[in-house]
Amino acid sequence: MFRFLINRLMLMVPVFFGVTLVAFGFIRVLPGDPVEVLAGERGVSPERHAELLAQLGFDKPLWQQYFNYIGDIFQGDLGTSLITNRPVVEEFFELFPATAELGLCAILFALIIGIPAGIIAAIKRGTWVDQGIMSISLTGYSMPIFWWGLLLIILFSNTLNLTPVSGRLSFLFDVPPVTGFMLIDTLLSDEKGSFLNALHHLILPSIVLGTIPLAVIARQTRSAMLEVLSEDYVRTARAKGLSTFRVVAIHALRNAMITVVTVIGLQISLLLAGAILTETIFGWPGIGKWIIFSVFSRDYFAVQGGLLLIATSIMIVNLIVDLLYGFINPRILHQKSKS
Amino acid sequence: MSATSSVSTSIRAQQWKEFWFYFSVSKTAVAGLVFLILVVLMALFADVISPHGPAEQYREFAKLPPAWIEGGQLQFFLGTDYAGRDMLSRIIHGSRLSLLAGCVVVVLSMSIGVLLGLIAGYRGGWVETLIMRVMDTIMAVPGLLLALVLVAILGPGLLNAMVAIAITYTPSFVRLTRASTLTELNRDYVTASKVAGAGPARLMFISILPNCMAPIIVQGTLSFSTAILDTAALGFLGMGAQAPIPEWGTLIAENRDLIMSAPWTVTFPGIAILFAVLAINLVGDGLRDALDPKLKRS
Repeated sequence: MFRFLINRLMLMVPVFFGVTLVAFGFIRVLPGDPVEVLAGERGVSPERHAELLAQLGFDKPLWQQYFNYIGDIFQGDLGTSLITNRPVVEEFFELFPATAELGLCAILFALIIGIPAGIIAAIKRGTWVDQGIMSISLTGYSMPIFWWGLLLIILFSNTLNLTPVSGRLSFLFDVPPVTGFMLIDTLLSDEKGSFLNALHHLILPSIVLGTIPLAVIARQTRSAMLEVLSEDYVRTARAKGLSTFRVVAIHALRNAMITVVTVIGLQISLLLAGAILTETIFGWPGIGKWIIFSVFSRDYFAVQGGLLLIATSIMIVNLIVDLLYGFINPRILHQKSKS
Repeated sequence: MSATSSVSTSIRAQQWKEFWFYFSVSKTAVAGLVFLILVVLMALFADVISPHGPAEQYREFAKLPPAWIEGGQLQFFLGTDYAGRDMLSRIIHGSRLSLLAGCVVVVLSMSIGVLLGLIAGYRGGWVETLIMRVMDTIMAVPGLLLALVLVAILGPGLLNAMVAIAITYTPSFVRLTRASTLTELNRDYVTASKVAGAGPARLMFISILPNCMAPIIVQGTLSFSTAILDTAALGFLGMGAQAPIPEWGTLIAENRDLIMSAPWTVTFPGIAILFAVLAINLVGDGLRDALDPKLKRS
């Protein structure tokens, strides 16, 4: 187990430095420079321009700038936002819980519907139930989610008036941030009805963000189940006279879950890409909306830091998924440590 | 000479026949293919079949609903937008851009990815390590985010969006090609042609590559559909095709403020994206089933 962990960590090192190079290079190849953004429409004199560039360390040779950048990273300093003048790390972690909450709810939505749907499709293989589930999931997989979000807003918010259009919580409530997770914070506060209100705000964004993972999970669960259901040990379990439920839920599902966990891990990166679109549509104050805003407002340091932090969090989540994978499927760990 | 070539063409015809036999088993895949061909024809003959010019403004007919809703007119079948432009014509012309974007992205990412994958698998050593670590880095950042950042560097526009998306798709082709190359490399036929004196280029492109093509083709089809989605997403975010251009995602973005007063201006471009992508995915599923020898025998 320990060796497995070390091996995985060793693989992360070059990728981490690769991402720092990308993030570092991003500012340097971009047309214009940070000082122009700082100066805005007013403009600055050439002398002041040079002075400010020197202040940001942009006058030094590239390799030296890079080493300073790496040095800063290891001190937890990812620069200061040009727009808000606050440390990028601080902004990121303030907004991160909002995205995490949305992402978790979306994955939960995808799992709760996707896994049973996939199991049912596999058991009813070839029937209209199977075809129906697979058609719906392929449609979900082909969905342009930004349009899907707008469609749901037209239907549920504008026509039926059931759900709010944007944000995380109604302005009527004043909930002090404790964990940053609105569902938990509202439970901790004594504002009546605020929890339900936060839940209401979460429904549509979670559905939109969860749609593609749901489709992928349903398809993968089905094919994993089909594979497992044709194995000898499942036939043995059936021959012993166990009920279909027991065979499927206890014998087959555990091995089918190995594939599914991997798939969930692969979804994390897609989920963050989806969060950019979902948060933009629903005015969700998370990482996705922040990074889009930073790109548009040419907030170089926010984009640079954001890229690195997002890539790092994906790497960490993938590491956790890999470890989880080894936990569910011990064969992997033994293979690795033998070689 | 003529005898061998006629034999090889008949083998090729036989292969096509076999492929079609397996492909046509799935009715949905055939349906997807038919729909896709229709979309391609629509794109090719956009100027002939669209009732109006895509940019022509009929100010007196602004925000007209579709023909079957009260107040709609038959000459503007899917209604008009805020400037009185015909939605149907704009969507028909948009199909050109979306299909073009899909093609460009797949051709770019596939050719670069396959080349790098072959080199990595064939050469091994530090070349392989370097290529694979660069690919890992690209994959570490979510595709859409990386594309956004690249477009920020290159400047917004359809062409730059296509290049940016192609870069984010390259790693999957590299990984796939490298993995297949590694398994093929030790096969007897490769050793045989090496012994016969084939150079590296011949080994890579003529011996190994044709035997790795099946998964690459499937991946190419699936990338084609996601490329259309991502181009539309960048267009929607304002980083892809720019406003008057009737790209499907851009159409949704420019009419976004009308979702209350004229929902059809947002609905129909989205349906166009959904159906086109769905058709391509159906074809991709069919291709995978037809080309995957493991599934063939079951």
